[in-house]
Amino acid sequence: MLAIVGTVPDASVPVVAGPAALEGDTLTVGTHRFPVNRGTPALLAAAIAAGRVLGLPAPTAYLAGDIGRGDGSRRLYAFLAESLAQTDHEAVVFHYLLPDVDWHNRVLFAVQEMSKPPVLIADAGFMYVAKMSGQADAYDLFTPDIGELAFLADEQAPHPFYTRGFILHMESRRVPEMIAMAYQHHNAAKCLLVKGSRDHVADRQGVLAVIDTPGVPTLEPIGGTGDTVTGIAAALVQSGRSIPAAAEAAARINRLAGRYARPTPATQVTAIIDRIAQAVGEVVRW
Amino acid sequence: MSLITRLKQKLGSPAAADTALPLTDRGFLVFENTSEVIQAENLLRAAGWKVRVMGPPPEIQRGCDLVIEFPLIERLNVARTLEKAGLAALETVPVTGPLLQPVDLFQTTDYGDWLMVRAANMKICIEKASRTIVNISGGGCPDVPYLAAMLVGKALADAPAPREIGHTLCGYALQLAFEEISRQCSPS
Repeated sequence: MLAIVGTVPDASVPVVAGPAALEGDTLTVGTHRFPVNRGTPALLAAAIAAGRVLGLPAPTAYLAGDIGRGDGSRRLYAFLAESLAQTDHEAVVFHYLLPDVDWHNRVLFAVQEMSKPPVLIADAGFMYVAKMSGQADAYDLFTPDIGELAFLADEQAPHPFYTRGFILHMESRRVPEMIAMAYQHHNAAKCLLVKGSRDHVADRQGVLAVIDTPGVPTLEPIGGTGDTVTGIAAALVQSGRSIPAAAEAAARINRLAGRYARPTPATQVTAIIDRIAQAVGEVVRW
Repeated sequence: MSLITRLKQKLGSPAAADTALPLTDRGFLVFENTSEVIQAENLLRAAGWKVRVMGPPPEIQRGCDLVIEFPLIERLNVARTLEKAGLAALETVPVTGPLLQPVDLFQTTDYGDWLMVRAANMKICIEKASRTIVNISGGGCPDVPYLAAMLVGKALADAPAPREIGHTLCGYALQLAFEEISRQCSPS
């Protein structure tokens, strides 16, 4: 079973845990309904859309409302620290949570008390805090974009906001070098999927795959398209594929879904999610 | 002994939360004088933040001989709380790198009818003709989806500034991108 952890931008939402379903552009968990626009609902929607084609059960969602004050994140951290050890999730995706090293460590301890270690995937705020904690290598997959890769490569930066200029200047031309820096300073997961105009799958040994077709430059400004890549990768991992293979296929699927949607920079991510099933069917070899 | 084991032992201590604050997600607030430090400490504690007063590291050249350590990620929210009380820090710096500066590099991408500006990990995209914000992407803190919901669909001139409604460093980065795209779109 796949579990997906994150927040929704509604301060009134308590901690919600349970199977997630997708009905049109709305995500449901129990009696709660969330619009799919970006963030963790977009990641969940993409995982569900891919999972339907792959024949997977619905993922379990762990959500809390948080508009940035951190209160919902901390309630969710506490819930996970208390409950994760008793679960049997095969893979867990950690996503939009306010970075908090102390709570991160408590959640990681709970994971390590699970009877069988799950595949651990981190993106967004939880990836930031995994780096801050010095325990990035406890994770199996990080899915940074180029700006976030620069942050992972900068051993001094506590947040992408403080990434030093000489590393930001390296940009997309020197992605393999930045990947090597992230591994050198133990700030990367076992596998990286770097999202950009050219997507890179890498591990400690170097770049394993570069995915640059189809090229859809207008995907970059669309909020949530990074979240959908991570969701698709998670579904592919749940289906039994190796992590590098899942990452590479997810990058291809997301690009293809983007091409099918014929987006402009003003397109919203739901238009991309609507095309994921079609793209999964084309990319995945049975 | 593994890092995890050592951390477990530390966290297992009853006083751990107060005595072993992790440093990597903390920042320093630097003030002009100790009176401001005391006021700020009382204010932030009353608002529920875990803060502590300490001596400044040698890299910090400005301010008095006390600083406040606080959760760096929540920089926007903390700054707003202080400003409401008439307090303003001289400097806000990461504990792990007091000389680190916020990003000042912007990347602009022209999509024809649309324009995108990136600052650090945050991107904002507008339609040029109407100056309407059409997308916000990037970032990883929980105020990003909230900020997107509040800003997308609004004209730049009518949208709330991320500084006013955001809470985190991602919100701060979006503020920088917002200011830069506003500057690029302003009549010269």
